[in-house]
This record gives sequence, structure tokens and C-alpha cells, in this order.
Amino acid sequence: MGDNPSRSASTEAGGSGVTARHARPAGDGVSPIPPDDRPDNRPPLGGGGALPTKSRFSMETGFRGLSTAAGVMVLVIIAAIAVFLISKAAPALTANDANFLTTKEWFPNDTPPVFGIAALAFGTVLSSVIALLIAVPIAMGIALFLSHYAPKRLATPLGFIIDLLAAVPSVVFGLWGRDVFSEPVKDFSVWLNKYFSWIPLFGGEGPFGRSILLGSLVLAIMVLPIVTSLSREVFQQTPGMNEEAALALGATKWEMIRTAVLPYGKPGVIASVMLGLGRALGETIALALTLGTTFVISFNLIQSGGNSIAANIANTFGEANETGRGALIASGLVLFAITLVVNMAARAIIYRRREFRDSAA
Amino acid sequence: MSLLDRETPGVVMTPDNIRTKKLPVVADLGIALGALVVAAAVVLGFGIGNWVLVIFLGAVFYLVGLNFAAGAVEGKRAARNRMWRAAIYAACVLAIIPLVSVVWTLVTKGAARLDGDFFGSSMNNIGARDPNGGAYHAILGTLEQVGLAALMAVPLGVLGAIYLVEYGKGRFALTVRFFVDVMTGIPSIVAGLFVLSFWVLIVSPWFNDGTPQFSGFAASLALTVLMLPTIVRSTEEMLRLVPGPLREGAYALGVPQWKTILRIVLPTALPGIVTGIMLSIARAAGETAPVLLVAGATAAINGDPFAGPQSSLAVFVYQQAGDASRYAPDRAWTAALTLVALVLILTIAAKLLARRNRLSK
Repeated sequence: MGDNPSRSASTEAGGSGVTARHARPAGDGVSPIPPDDRPDNRPPLGGGGALPTKSRFSMETGFRGLSTAAGVMVLVIIAAIAVFLISKAAPALTANDANFLTTKEWFPNDTPPVFGIAALAFGTVLSSVIALLIAVPIAMGIALFLSHYAPKRLATPLGFIIDLLAAVPSVVFGLWGRDVFSEPVKDFSVWLNKYFSWIPLFGGEGPFGRSILLGSLVLAIMVLPIVTSLSREVFQQTPGMNEEAALALGATKWEMIRTAVLPYGKPGVIASVMLGLGRALGETIALALTLGTTFVISFNLIQSGGNSIAANIANTFGEANETGRGALIASGLVLFAITLVVNMAARAIIYRRREFRDSAA
Repeated sequence: MSLLDRETPGVVMTPDNIRTKKLPVVADLGIALGALVVAAAVVLGFGIGNWVLVIFLGAVFYLVGLNFAAGAVEGKRAARNRMWRAAIYAACVLAIIPLVSVVWTLVTKGAARLDGDFFGSSMNNIGARDPNGGAYHAILGTLEQVGLAALMAVPLGVLGAIYLVEYGKGRFALTVRFFVDVMTGIPSIVAGLFVLSFWVLIVSPWFNDGTPQFSGFAASLALTVLMLPTIVRSTEEMLRLVPGPLREGAYALGVPQWKTILRIVLPTALPGIVTGIMLSIARAAGETAPVLLVAGATAAINGDPFAGPQSSLAVFVYQQAGDASRYAPDRAWTAALTLVALVLILTIAAKLLARRNRLSK
């Protein structure tokens, strides 16, 4: 502010428009009479009243309004997503000849259109849950390794690499899953089928390969970095006092982790798992490239097939007519609702623990 | 029974018998080797699998054997400690294998088409038998869409964060904050469907004689929806790190709040804010699903994001992955390598910038 040397003499100085926190003009306390009550509206002797009163429209109100509008915009966007999806989905849903929630087939482009979300929603939830069952224990292991086992010189670059992997686009994982990973998974599926076909999960006659198992494994590899980096942060925040107290009482390292680190990190870990779940539920391209696209409800993991809401949108959007588009939007609405519930639950858990509010997520 | 009671009268306390006994490293290695040999004998002897199963069974046998051996020498608790440590290390190794495979495939397969033609030409008039063709149109599309999205999301996001930190109070600000977090979890395909139903199907016909029009701008709208919450969150975190005395010093000098924010708070937090913005740009550049739905994915070069369909690198990868031409996989992998390079350069630059940030230390 060196451009205004006569600042203290200027009428701008200490303008009462400073902030809400400084609602009263500077030096107000000197003046015996509040400025508004003075009959002749002359500046009092104290000098404080010489300061300008708050103008009706200033940069302050303008800037405050602008930033508030930006904050409100978030709510507007979320509401708009719901409103526009519903408005475009409704015509297709009324034209639908079958029950949307219980039908498994997906023929929205036929006349009359017949389509339902049952098989898609089932496939979405099944692949995500399996992905998390695989990813979470491994992610916990890596997070504990990075926060408590690895020497610092190893932990820092390794954590950096994990963060980088979280940034790799999903289409790359999808391409890798289809071109490279499907071969070993196919061999593994054949092996599972040979020895464990008495378990319904691994039964079937084949063909194997582009199955729920492949999709879930690719998803697991994708959510691994996210769950790892969030839980690592939570584990690192464990108060050193708690850890040292456990060790001082004679706990082994694992007992220290079990009694001090894990209970402290539990809400953060649950939240990170649910965020990973939200990510897995909404994953599109990786599943569109790896799943075998069938519309059945089956717990068989290794036979080619499987589908998910998002993958179905990406796969069939190209040839959809107007009703088909509406049907896809309706399925997107279901996905939106599922992820909204999962995310809100995760956030509610985070918010319950104030410590995590500003750091863990 | 306390330690004293257990002490037999004949035993003299010497350093040898008061120190905890430890399993020697040789025994550890011996168990590992033995476990591998037993596993190989079982697997290959019965002919039930290949070397993968040998390693897996070997690991299981090692854990069990270690548990018994350590239990006999060191006691139950120490044995459990050892077992968990081995499991945590194993989790790390297990996770690194696929990630290394992704990087390796990306580099080896991606190098196939890494030539000037790939970066200088489009896919226009490239048939199934043509080995050439490139991604110039896709790279151009990605840069334009992400640039436009950043132009919209950055001011909105930073202002939203300013609202949350500086102006927002009470329940309403908490609600906004909560929904920003929830919005982080919106699947990208839902953002794409939203822009499809709002912009492409409803608004764009107004500008295009009543027919819906795909455009790069629609894609950048969808990317804005995805970038906004991450920018708000990261900026908010950075603004909260700005020390309160800095603000109060400015207020005490009579600087209005908006000027304090723009000239004191923002410059202090700037490196952190830029880091967050760059990370969100990197995420947006890798998004496939929303661009696939609303940008229209053309094979020709289209430099105008506001009119006519456009492609993007991620969509290019997806399309080439689904293409039947035998030259398509090479193009897909090279485009994937380009995309990952773009995203990783942005991410690494952002992280390096974050290291130089004095606030977050």
C-alpha cells in the first residue's frame, strides 16, 4: 500500500466497511455520541466520526456476494443433476413396458421398450464389493507398512508412487486388464473351475476370462491407491503418546498397532473404504473394457459375463435412440442415488470425528 | 503367577537367561526355504498347479511354520508379531506386482507408435487396413476441453472455498461444505449424463436450429462438475492453513476484508492452491466417460470446442481399444502412454510444488 502515502489523513482510512468483525468505525469509542444520533450530522471532535460510514454497495458486499454465490453454486449443481436426470428419465420410464426395478433385460430401443435395472445394479454392487474385499486388506497392509514398518527413506518415495498411481486414468487400467491381465485371470479361472467347481461361485462350463472376477480384480487394483493413501494419512496421525504408552507397557509392535493405531484410525479407515466403494461403483471404462456384457443375475464369478450400470451406459450409448437414451439416464439416476447414499454415509462418519474433518479427506 | 514365583531356585540371573530369546535369522530363512520346497513337492507332485501356486502355498506354509517356530522359541505374542509383520510385507509385494506390470506394458507396448506421424495426424479417412493414423485431434481436444473446464472451475472453486473459510457461518456453510464433499464422489458418468440431459439435449438446440449438438464445450462442462469439488476442498484446506494473525494484522491496518483476502490470504496460500488445481486438472484430463457421452468423438480435427463433435485422448484410447483393426491396439497403447505422461507430468509438478510450500509443513 505504499502507493498512498497520505493514507492516515485520507478519508478512506479505517473505513467502517472493514468487516463484519469491525462493524463499528475505528475510534468510535472516543466519540461521546454515536454518529447516527447526532442531530446536525457534523463530525465530532474525537475524529472517529470523520470516517466514512458504510456505503450501501461496496467492493466488500460485492466480493462477499460473489463468493457466497460460488458456494451456493455447489448446491445448485447437485440439485440440477437430480432434476435434469429425472426430467429426461421420466418419459422413458413411462414408456417402459416392464417393471424398471425388477426386470433383468435391457431392450430400450425396441418397440415396445422393455428394460430394467435389476441385473445391472446387481452386477455393479457385486463387482464393487468383491473389489473391496480384495483391495481393503492389502491396502491396510500397505498403509501400515508405510506408516509404521518401512524406514522413512523408503516410505516417502513409496507413498509418492502410490499417490501417482491414484492419478493414472481408468481407461489405462481397463486397457491393461483386457490386453494383459485377462490371460492370467483366465488360467486362474480354469484352475479354480477344475478344483473348486463344487462351490457355486466357481462353477460353470466356460468360456472363462472376461468375467466379474477380472473386472473386480482390475477395480481392486484401481481403488488400492486411494484407500491406501487415505488410511496411511489417518494412521500417521495416531498420537505418538498412545503408541509409546503401548510400547512402554510391553506391547509388541503388532499389539501396539492393534491397541493404539487401529482403534484410533477406525473411523478414517471406514470412511476411506466407503470412498473407495463410491469410486468402484461409479467406475465406467475399466469395467466396460473388461466385463463380458450379459444381463443375468448370477453369482458365478469366473464365467465370461457380468455387467454394471456405468459400463452399460458406455457400451450401449452409441446405438441408443431417444427412449434408449432416457433409459440410460434412468439407470444413471439409480447409480447417482446409490453413490450419493454411500458418500453421504462416509462423510457423516468422517464428520462425527472432528479430528478428521480437516485432514483425512 | 508373577515372574518371581516362576523363578526356579537353581537359576541364576545371567544376561543370557534374562534377555528375550530371539529366533535366529538363519532359522527364519530355513523355514522360508523349507516351506517353498514342501509347497513345490505338494503342488508339482500332485500336479495341481504351476509355480504361482507353489509360491502362494509356500507363503502360507512359511507363515504357519514361522508361527510355530517363533512360538516355541520366543513365545506366543512375539510369534504373532512376526506373523503379522510378514503378512504386511507380503501385502506390499502382492500389490506391487500388478502395478509394475501396468507400467511395464505401458512403456513397452506404447513405444510401438511413438513417432511424428502419431502426433501430427488425425484418424480422418483411416480405414481398418491403414497402419498409420494419429491422435493429433484427440490431443487438441483434450487440451481445449481441459483448458475450458479449468477456466470455469478454478474461479468458481476458489471463490467457493473463500466463502467456506472467510464468510460462511452457521448451518448453511456446513451444508455447503458437506455437499462439496458428497459431490467429490459423484461418478464421472453421472456428470456426463447430467450435461447430456441439460446442455446437449436442452440448451444446445437453441444455438443450433433445434437439433442437439455434441461439442467440446459440453465435455468441459462435465469436467467442470468433476473438478469443482476437488478444487474447493484443496483450496479450503490451504486457506485454513494461513495463520490468523496475518489476517488480523491486515484488519488492524484498516484493510477491508475483501482486500485482505485478495492481497494477503490468497498470495500466502497460492502455492498450495495451485497444487490442488493442477491435481484436479490431471484428474480431469484422464476422464473418459463424460467426454464419450457429450463430446461426440469424431475422427477428424476440430479446433472449435463450441461447434461440432470433438475427441479427447482418453476417448481415443477407448475407441481404439474397441476397434477391430489389427493396428488399433498399437495406437491405443501409444495414446495411453501419451495420456499417462501428460497426467503424471502435471501430478509430479504439482507434488514438487507442494514440497516447496511453506504452509503445509
